[in-house]
Amino acid sequence: MTDAASKPGQTEVWITGIGLATSLGEGLDANWAALQEKRINVDEKGFAPYIVHPLMPVTFDSQIPKKGDQRQMEAWQRIGTYAAGLALDSAGIKGNKDILSKIDMVVAAGGGERDLNVDTGVLTAEAKGANAPGFLNERLMSDLRPTLFLAQLSNLLAGNIAIVHGLGGTSRTFMGEEVAGADAARIALSRIASGESDIALIGGSHNGERKDLMVLYEFGDFNLKDEFAPVWARKDHAGFALGSAGAFLVLESKAHAQARGAKPFAKLSSVVADLARRKQPGDMAATLEKLWTKLPKREGKGAIISGATGAEPATSEERGFLKGHADVPVRSTGTMFGHTMETQFPLGIALAALSISRGALFPPNDSTGTEIEMQGAPTQIVVVGAGHWRGEGMALVEAVS
Amino acid sequence: MLQLYRGIDMTAPRDKLGRPVVVVTGMGIMTSLGAGKADNWAKLVAGESGIRTITRFPVDGLKTTMAGTVDFVSVDPFSSTGLSERMAELVTLEALEQAGIGAKADFPGPLFLAVAPVEVEWPQRRELGRAVGSQDFTYDDLLRISGGGKYSAYHHRFMFGSVAAHLAETFGTKGSPISLSTACASGATSIQLGVEAIRRGETDAALCVATDGTVNPEALVRFSLLSALSTQNDPPQAASRPFSKNRDGFVMAEGAGALVLESYEAATARGAKILGVIAGCGELTDSFHRTRSSPDGKPIIGCMNKTLADAGMTPDQIDHINAHGTATPENDKMEFNTTSAVFGEFAQKIPVTSNKSMVGHTISAAGAVEAIFSLLTLEHQRIPPTINYDNPDPTILFDVVGNKARDARVTAVMSNSFGFGGQNASLILTREPA
Repeated sequence: MTDAASKPGQTEVWITGIGLATSLGEGLDANWAALQEKRINVDEKGFAPYIVHPLMPVTFDSQIPKKGDQRQMEAWQRIGTYAAGLALDSAGIKGNKDILSKIDMVVAAGGGERDLNVDTGVLTAEAKGANAPGFLNERLMSDLRPTLFLAQLSNLLAGNIAIVHGLGGTSRTFMGEEVAGADAARIALSRIASGESDIALIGGSHNGERKDLMVLYEFGDFNLKDEFAPVWARKDHAGFALGSAGAFLVLESKAHAQARGAKPFAKLSSVVADLARRKQPGDMAATLEKLWTKLPKREGKGAIISGATGAEPATSEERGFLKGHADVPVRSTGTMFGHTMETQFPLGIALAALSISRGALFPPNDSTGTEIEMQGAPTQIVVVGAGHWRGEGMALVEAVS
Repeated sequence: MLQLYRGIDMTAPRDKLGRPVVVVTGMGIMTSLGAGKADNWAKLVAGESGIRTITRFPVDGLKTTMAGTVDFVSVDPFSSTGLSERMAELVTLEALEQAGIGAKADFPGPLFLAVAPVEVEWPQRRELGRAVGSQDFTYDDLLRISGGGKYSAYHHRFMFGSVAAHLAETFGTKGSPISLSTACASGATSIQLGVEAIRRGETDAALCVATDGTVNPEALVRFSLLSALSTQNDPPQAASRPFSKNRDGFVMAEGAGALVLESYEAATARGAKILGVIAGCGELTDSFHRTRSSPDGKPIIGCMNKTLADAGMTPDQIDHINAHGTATPENDKMEFNTTSAVFGEFAQKIPVTSNKSMVGHTISAAGAVEAIFSLLTLEHQRIPPTINYDNPDPTILFDVVGNKARDARVTAVMSNSFGFGGQNASLILTREPA
């Protein structure tokens, strides 16, 4: 075994709930409509020269009714808790104590949302000569909000979802940027397929409107600057535009879904992931090709939903892989939603399931010819998620026959 | 490893629920007491404390000035994530050497890594602040000077997945390594993920590592602002007082643990020495509050019961509890109440200890560190003490192994981990397959 694959086959796993809150809107209809209209929501001014895909404002009260709960979270957690609620609604299990008391949660999360005023205040005071040994300690003790820590902890996205929506099963948080989203789906699928679990909530959320994150990615010159272009058209102007989004899915064994009369959007047949060494050109493309062959055999009407970031050399590597499958229509979530990091893979699965359930792939939005038109209803969509630095994942989403 | 996908082989050793038995064949550990199993165990049973006054950074202005730091491992340039990575590497080397599995840089299974959430740290932030070169600046100025390649190493360092990627490349683990956080239960969760992968037949072996090197000013301040830390700074060795009346919080600490898990069948086939069995794992989320347990204790009770059921065992078969025992006023009381609900009369008879009295709370690493101490307890048939137990809390009626190690017949240990965000996880470790 050279990479970890969830073992398909024992039990069919259905996607019975989808929750989306993105830069294109809230809910499935709004996102679908924006995709049909090729509408992209980018802010080129607010963080200039950096470009972001800001969250389309939502009324958090509708999914997080207690203001006290909202105050205990930072934006990334509010977005995720909100989207998780939408997914539970979509699956028809919101408030269903029997099911929520046993649902297994696997969340892909970052964290660390900072108080920029505190950071800047400390640094400027030091620049002006504050150099007492305890200066940093004293400023942090007096300036940090006591509950900010809880808004920074990675596992507190899952914690907040459990508190707000009353989830009482199990809770695991995976970190590790893009591939954490693939691994969350992979582990949840494995557990349901093997009978360890009946139903799971998986997903992630990301606040792209954060300068502290931009600093981190700027270290590696990964931020897209000055001018927006579709991810495939950024080769000479590489980078990703951070996006804000929450994407959650309810995965459920077919038997469990049928017993409660739930309808599937699609089935999640397989999730595979690996860690290419990325030491030599072609390493990452070779790993993607290997994952492609590890997915179950596909004979239906296929498509690819890619989470390519626009960062190099990863995006060129992925395009190299895609060239070997040029007959398969490709869509890029990075172009439409920006780069939502841990959320990009769950978002890709969500759009694959949505496309299958609506009987059409959303239209291409690309000037390079990488994305081609698709006629007819897709029955098999491969979700590709390659990290901007490390980690590769792939999932097969199929129509329920 | 295709032979793993043979389906159900009825001749293979299976547990009571028909799943492959999961055994431990290698362990590595590091705490503030020292490096390695031998050193840690000797100091642990001698009742030594690893807690000392912090010297890594100034403690002026802090309410808590002590911790269980690992100061004998050097990392340059220093960062908490760098220390976590280095400790993880060292404990993994120790575990792999003991297990004798695979080849160099070719571990035959996946990596499950419990690691503290990663973020840019103050030394690097201050470097940026100095690089701006003026006295008055905004965050935009920091952002403006971050690019250009001067700090590209910091991008890699502060990726959440960086520690796992480094370990995966160094030790040649297979597939996508998982970095996980379930707060103070993370170490237990890493073991649980490994156990599940082997039980599902996806692999014969798994490398489960947990590491935490985050004693830094901001981390200390964060826990301090939540009133979670002990402030009994003097003497530092006496600060961590699990189950004592005068306990006042936990002591932050650093450490790491690594376990090589294998199916019993694979381990015996290659003639590996079996160090113990992960007989059961359980977890249950508490949706009551971000930092406090549900007052009725039901999620913790459910977690322990699930773990017993997973192991196919009854409370009377557990003869030692390696407690979460953080020494916060709430945790220890809650742990006694919930243990009583699950174990009934046995709750007051089963010897209980908290390793945190000596090594402090190694946070993300604690579940693995304490699982290893539990396995060493099984090996040596000797229970390490809970030190600083001079003033027992009269409402906590555990048989605490106070101050001096105790020889005992130990066949099955329950190790508990409870964390912020409603994370509860328990493990049951045994000597031999049931």
